[in-house]
Amino acid sequence: MRSLWNRRGTALLTIFSIAVSVSLLLGVQKMRVAARDSFANTVSGVHLIVGARSGPLNLLLYSIFRVGDATANVSWASYQKIARHPDVEWTIPISLGDSHRGFRVVGTNADYFAHYQYGGDRSLRFAQGKPFADLFDVVLGAEVARQLGYKLGDEIIVAHGLGRVSFSQHKDKPFHVAGILAATGTPVDRSVHVSLEAISAIHLDWQNGVQPAPWARIGAAQARQAKLTPDSITAFLVRMKEPALIFTMERSINQYRGEPLSAVIPGVALTQLWDLVGIADTALTIVAAFVVLAGLLGMLTAILTTLNERRREMAIMRAMGARPAHIFSLLMAEAGTLALLGVLAGVALTFALLALAAPLISQRYGIFMQPGGLSGMDLSLLAGIVGVALLLGAYPAWRGYRNTLNDGLSMRV
Amino acid sequence: MTTPAIELRDVVFGWPTGPTVLDIARFDVARGEKVFVRGASGSGKSTLLGIIGGVLQPGRGSLRVLGTELANLRPGARDRFRGDHIGFIFQMFNLIPYLSVLDNVLLPVRFTPHRGAAFVAAGALRAEARRLLVALGLHDPALQKRAVTELSIGQQQRVAAARALLGSPELIIADEPTSSLDYDARADFLQLLMQECARSAATLLFVSHDTSLGSLFDRSVSLREINRAAQPAGAAA
Repeated sequence: MRSLWNRRGTALLTIFSIAVSVSLLLGVQKMRVAARDSFANTVSGVHLIVGARSGPLNLLLYSIFRVGDATANVSWASYQKIARHPDVEWTIPISLGDSHRGFRVVGTNADYFAHYQYGGDRSLRFAQGKPFADLFDVVLGAEVARQLGYKLGDEIIVAHGLGRVSFSQHKDKPFHVAGILAATGTPVDRSVHVSLEAISAIHLDWQNGVQPAPWARIGAAQARQAKLTPDSITAFLVRMKEPALIFTMERSINQYRGEPLSAVIPGVALTQLWDLVGIADTALTIVAAFVVLAGLLGMLTAILTTLNERRREMAIMRAMGARPAHIFSLLMAEAGTLALLGVLAGVALTFALLALAAPLISQRYGIFMQPGGLSGMDLSLLAGIVGVALLLGAYPAWRGYRNTLNDGLSMRV
Repeated sequence: MTTPAIELRDVVFGWPTGPTVLDIARFDVARGEKVFVRGASGSGKSTLLGIIGGVLQPGRGSLRVLGTELANLRPGARDRFRGDHIGFIFQMFNLIPYLSVLDNVLLPVRFTPHRGAAFVAAGALRAEARRLLVALGLHDPALQKRAVTELSIGQQQRVAAARALLGSPELIIADEPTSSLDYDARADFLQLLMQECARSAATLLFVSHDTSLGSLFDRSVSLREINRAAQPAGAAA
């Protein structure tokens, strides 16, 4: 392909534009797979999520992803009743409603650290420290500690409500950092964990969600003496002893007479959630596909513009005994070569970028990107790109073919 | 008695939408003959060469080149036949600019392997290409590796001649190869071309509007005389 080499400037630019578009497409694909995985991996080992009656999506969002608010709470009595059910292996209570500098505070108990699993079968691990022992101990998610620069023993003030800037803070009852969790790539990283009792304690003197006047406040020391069993929690996670029991339990919770409760199976809710998020994801893929198409159209333009200046070259080849089919296949080969090189360069570019960015992404966002390997989906995509390139290349090839038929051996230059 | 190199009978050609361009009752060229065809531009020169080269298909009549009736060949076979048996030299722009001199000379072999059949080994073919270049006055080995765009037009035409002669095709067709050369270079070029044609016993069909060259050939034919189609000037490029 000396002819192509002769036009290496244009050819290189064409290859480059295809490469960039291909790596964009591959990158989106990779991200999408990785995001989907990490999405599905957010919580595992949990059979049911239980909260006040609401839609499964809402329940999943606030209990697992810490997005949105619960409409109502679950009474402590109901929680106890279900937690003690003989078919239940374990439960994790979750109490939400407070925050610390934009990060949600999760009230829970030691079961959280013992049973919570993500990414298949990975348990929570402490990077530093240990679970809370004291009433005013706090365990930070990895992201919280990283962003706010907290160390073990630091003092933390929890704010009422969920705003990043809150005017009512639980200043009278400071917490101390007892432990910091290792990064998980799940919303756990962005959570501040305290005990359920601590949630009760900081709200002990509150009346109807309003901070009392200073003289009516109960100090931290007094709070330790009070009865701190919570009246209610926001939601809880349930694991049954046998998976077969899940549906029975789900039904009995949904029909629970004591108060209106909802139980959802995480997988089902996750699928619903993914369907929702999938729209944006599909849009991104479509955009990437169009960028690839633009790259290929650039190639088409590049080949077409050279066609006229190459008429002479083709007439010479014709005189040398080249058949019109020769000319056609020559031009097709050119399109194919450009596309193939572009795709290969794009793959190389993607891997290079992934190799650079993967550690950063996994550290920052906990999304684990598989560095190597093209999935079958990727491969068929790439093959499709080369296929489309050949399809587009057929047009200038056909034009060249027609030209050679019309021109014969005369040089119309 | 061998068949003639070119045997043309009642050949008529016209573009689908235009008038008849070419109408020749009879035109023969014997093997080894060097024929000068005189014709001003627009006299159907290019068309005649296109028909003999098998690129254009005459509407009527019979055309035998080296004993083969071209009308009986399919287009692909005609292309191969042209590549195998005919060497072309054009007026200018003969060479592919991004190939080296040597690669330009070797170009025909890429499309028609039979062309080099006499020099089976690729090495022998290269040696033959070099010999032709030297014989045509391009002695400098460094020059053979150079890009053709750096050559003078005279040198380029010699390279083109070397390419046409490579593999000793039976028929050499030259379409105004000297019109872009000055007078001295013209005489030199013709002499060398004739010499090499004689060496490989090739038939030479030389087309030009320059009547002063006619005396150098075995025979001189005026296209206007043999073409019965009335030619409006400038109808064919």
